[in-house]
Amino acid sequence: MASRWLRLLAGSTLTMALALGAATPAAARDLVVALKTEPSSLDPQYHALTPNTQISHTLFDPLVRADSKLQPQPALAESWTVDGDVWTFKLRPNVKFSDGSPFTAEDVVFTYDRVPKVPNSPSPFTLYLGSVAKAEAVDPLTLRITTKGPAPLLLINLAQLPILSKHAASGPAPEGKTTTQLNSGDGLVGTGPYKFVSWKRGAELVFERNEHYWGKKPDWDKVIYRPMSNAAGRVAALLAGDVDMIEDPPTDDLPNLKKNKNLFIEETPSVRVMYVAMDQYAEPTPGIPDLQKNPLKDKRVREALSLAINRDAIVDRVMGGVAKAAGNALPFPMFGASKEHAQAPKADPKKAKQLLAEAGYPDGFSITLGSPSGRYVNDSKIAQAVASMWSRIGVKTSVEALAPSVFFKKRDSYGFSAYMAGWSATSGEMSNPLTSLLMTRNPEAGEGTTNRGRYSNPEMDKLVREASRTMDDDKRAKLLQQASNLAMDDYAFLPLHFELSVWAMKNDIRYEGRPDQTTLAQYATLKK
Amino acid sequence: MTTPGSSATPAPAAVRVETPLRRFLADFCASKLALLGVVLLLLTVGAALFAPWIAPQNPFDIGTLDILDSKLPPGSTSSDGSMTYWLGTDGQARDVFSAILYGMRTSLMVGTISVLAAFAIGATVGLIAAYFGGRIDAVLMRTVDIQLSFPAILVALILLAILGKGVDKVIIALVVVQWAYFARAARGAALVERGKEYVEAARCMSLGWGRVLFHHVLPNCMPPLIVIATIDLAHAIALEATLSFLGVGVPVTEPSLGMLISNGFEYLLSGLYWISFFPGIALAIAIIGINLVGDHLRDVLNPHNAA
Amino acid sequence: MLATIIRRLLQTLVVMLVMSALVFAGIYLVGDPVSMLASPEATDAQREAIRVSLGLDKPLVVQYLVFIGQAVQGNFGNSFLTGEPAMRLILERMPATLELASVAMLLSVLIGVPLGILAGLRPKAVGSRAIMTSSVLGFSLPNFWVGLMLIMLFAVQLGWLPASGRGATVSVLGVPLSVLTLDGLASLVLPASTIALAKCAMIVRVTRAATRESLPMDYIKFARAKGLSEKRVLGVHLLKNILIPIVTVAGLEFGQVVAFAVVTETVFSWPGMGKLLIDSIINLDRPVVVAYLMLIVFFLVMLNLVVDIIYTVLDPRVRLERRA
Repeated sequence: MASRWLRLLAGSTLTMALALGAATPAAARDLVVALKTEPSSLDPQYHALTPNTQISHTLFDPLVRADSKLQPQPALAESWTVDGDVWTFKLRPNVKFSDGSPFTAEDVVFTYDRVPKVPNSPSPFTLYLGSVAKAEAVDPLTLRITTKGPAPLLLINLAQLPILSKHAASGPAPEGKTTTQLNSGDGLVGTGPYKFVSWKRGAELVFERNEHYWGKKPDWDKVIYRPMSNAAGRVAALLAGDVDMIEDPPTDDLPNLKKNKNLFIEETPSVRVMYVAMDQYAEPTPGIPDLQKNPLKDKRVREALSLAINRDAIVDRVMGGVAKAAGNALPFPMFGASKEHAQAPKADPKKAKQLLAEAGYPDGFSITLGSPSGRYVNDSKIAQAVASMWSRIGVKTSVEALAPSVFFKKRDSYGFSAYMAGWSATSGEMSNPLTSLLMTRNPEAGEGTTNRGRYSNPEMDKLVREASRTMDDDKRAKLLQQASNLAMDDYAFLPLHFELSVWAMKNDIRYEGRPDQTTLAQYATLKK
Repeated sequence: MTTPGSSATPAPAAVRVETPLRRFLADFCASKLALLGVVLLLLTVGAALFAPWIAPQNPFDIGTLDILDSKLPPGSTSSDGSMTYWLGTDGQARDVFSAILYGMRTSLMVGTISVLAAFAIGATVGLIAAYFGGRIDAVLMRTVDIQLSFPAILVALILLAILGKGVDKVIIALVVVQWAYFARAARGAALVERGKEYVEAARCMSLGWGRVLFHHVLPNCMPPLIVIATIDLAHAIALEATLSFLGVGVPVTEPSLGMLISNGFEYLLSGLYWISFFPGIALAIAIIGINLVGDHLRDVLNPHNAA
Repeated sequence: MLATIIRRLLQTLVVMLVMSALVFAGIYLVGDPVSMLASPEATDAQREAIRVSLGLDKPLVVQYLVFIGQAVQGNFGNSFLTGEPAMRLILERMPATLELASVAMLLSVLIGVPLGILAGLRPKAVGSRAIMTSSVLGFSLPNFWVGLMLIMLFAVQLGWLPASGRGATVSVLGVPLSVLTLDGLASLVLPASTIALAKCAMIVRVTRAATRESLPMDYIKFARAKGLSEKRVLGVHLLKNILIPIVTVAGLEFGQVVAFAVVTETVFSWPGMGKLLIDSIINLDRPVVVAYLMLIVFFLVMLNLVVDIIYTVLDPRVRLERRA
């Protein structure tokens, strides 16, 4: 009796599974993407964070977009001219929003006006409008922007501001449609290649092709995003065929995934650099309790610490080859990175020990290295490797790998003598890491915001400030190269490596990787 | 039993006196499984205690680790030829065998101390709540409810923020998280016992409530509590691993057994099985040993089993 | 009985208040939410502006009182991270977790209790020994590993079941349930089994212990002497008497699974509340953490009330009131 029932159950389960499996149609193709992090909101002006911006750049277009080299390319703006502080943009004609209404300069003005009005934004987009004094619509296809002084980075900043439809996103609230309304799709109308269908938080986000799109028609009828934060689960879903493409497979699985004939792996250098910052201010410094003086203020000590690190070994053994050893804050030949520091310094423990002895520390000293745990790829593992390498030259290092919130609290209250962290230079220019990480801390001017080692080099500061006022690209690049050379020669901080961004997908799909680590579904293509 | 008035003749000197301890040991040793459990237990505890002498490497001293030796399969030799990695190395180039020995120390210590403390505190609270009922029960049980709802990671984060890092703080966090479970189970068992005649009898004899609770009620509540305690040991070790993984547990350079296992998970899919597999076996041996002994202990101590 | 229920409800309010205060204080001690939320490129001035807009610049006590004032009107604040109402975020995901937890516990009890009784009846039999040993494995094998192994076997290798996600849902009284659809059931099997493995082991052990304790008792002997069938002796008389510890453990475990099934939900990308909680704790998204824990503590108090009532049903000698 029981066995008959069991057989029936097994049989029906199998039939059911087969039926479900056979449900995928062969014709028009949908793309199912497994995301590492779900967007926190669909409002393109709510939270300046990669998981959100990559979604909004599929639904909307900015005036200019950052291409795969992070250089500004025409998008909704066809061309532009600069005259002093006045920029005039000629907008693309005959562009329609996904609801059929026409795109005009009024939509741009509405969009930029809305940015400061979005309430409770945890990371507002006002960041990108810092240099804009005024934006006005001269005529439906001409936009005039007046900046506060020379703004060489205006285009790159505008690339982060996708354009909303004034008609669809207006509303009774001061910001028009609220974030909550936009999250449910109300007012979420853009000129991008896809339009919104539905969002079940935690489960799936569905887009479908925008028939009014002005650009090249993408290959997919529908794009379905599924958040899968667990890396192993993501890989399993790809292997099982449940999804077509995944972000960020675990570095250790890559060798196996690369051998798999059904999969294609895309790797691209990114602008995220992992680095070690050192306290160059406090006397004594909290993480070196045995000494009354701060040894890190001595350049020889910093150089020794740099030479002790075998960056290639870390890239190979800890990052599984999915990284590139770094000698500078930005990889060469990106904007502002000089050839002098294009190669990472080779490890030289002997010289390191020599330098330490010269500086007066023949027996080394003890230090604590702080690191977040789970914030960046392999963060605590990298810190442990660095710690063991420092210990080998006599600098006995203990690692304090903390939960991110605790780490930030301690770092921002200067509790660390040395800490490891990551930085993403989203603008693709050297000015970005230099300003935030290495300029002398000046909160009012917005300089050195994340310079918690309190490194200070007035000469370098001058060069960076001058660069921020220089419109000529070549001149600016030279200034930034000079500034970064000064910093690197002084061992202001120790860059470790640049991460490679990795995507894994089914073998009939291709995606051109991007250094800003964004996954833009419209650029995933079916291999011909 | 001698009848009053009879002359007490001393027994012949050669009779073996059967003390309760002797009988207990005899009962215990009668089971082969229990003996196996004892052996396993001695193995793991011994390994943990004598780790510094048995282990070929001190995996907690990161100055001795060479990242180029990481992720080597079992049986490989180190790059400077000084030692063989019998069970391979992990992602940080720690010798897995040594790491298991040292990690076992931390895991066992953290696990057993926290479970014992949680048991003691929880059982006391639960018994008192059941015995006195009314408002005391309400206050204690609502505190238990709050505790059960408070996620372990938040407790650990808060303790980390207030007290700083350290193995002892981890133990405190585990005790704080686990005592409520025992309290609830003890209360449930004690509620049933409270209605029984022997409790009334004991109270009629004017025994203090402490004596009634701990001498009379507690032994009868033990079976489910011991089950929970032995399972809880496994939980505590796993919980400590999770907390350490999230950065609020033991230092990342001094991994416990649980942490070794969870660190090793990410290598499973890529074929580096030894990083998680061998520590997993070691942990399983420890837990099986504890449970075999615990099971038999419970059976032997159970007053109802005395035929 | 009614008095007990009302009293418990009042206590629940007190408990929720205490819980919210603890969370406010706790998160304040742990760190600064703005550091987790703001873009790393934000300047100090921008961070301060964010702090003001989220109300975090005011003294903690003021923030707490504002929260309480809004909470009594049903507004538990908006998530710092997403801007959505915190309680709504949680309630949206609660059905998924409740469903998973219920199915898992049901499986554990239906399988665990009979196995435990069997093991207790004939403790020296080979079958019983096997059951007990495998139960040790059941709770020592880490959740994460079990889940991953099941996915590798049934989803990747055999392709019988989906590797992740919840599957299609059907709305019942406005609540989306996936257990009523075939696709949803298929998605439930693996995650529920992962959880059930460990819980089942626990229930087997508790049942066995209680069985061993109860079998020698007089009432069993009398029942047998009366000539009742073994099935009735075990299924009715024994069962009723061993249910109290089983119900205790099952209740506790159910509560724990609902509140904290994070690992399973993460591995299977199950859109439940567990992951929301962990992420919110790590991101210091205080409104979500407070709302979540207040809800959970309410749920657990009610659950324990149900368990207590079941005690009185199972064993009339148990009285919840203070004795005269």
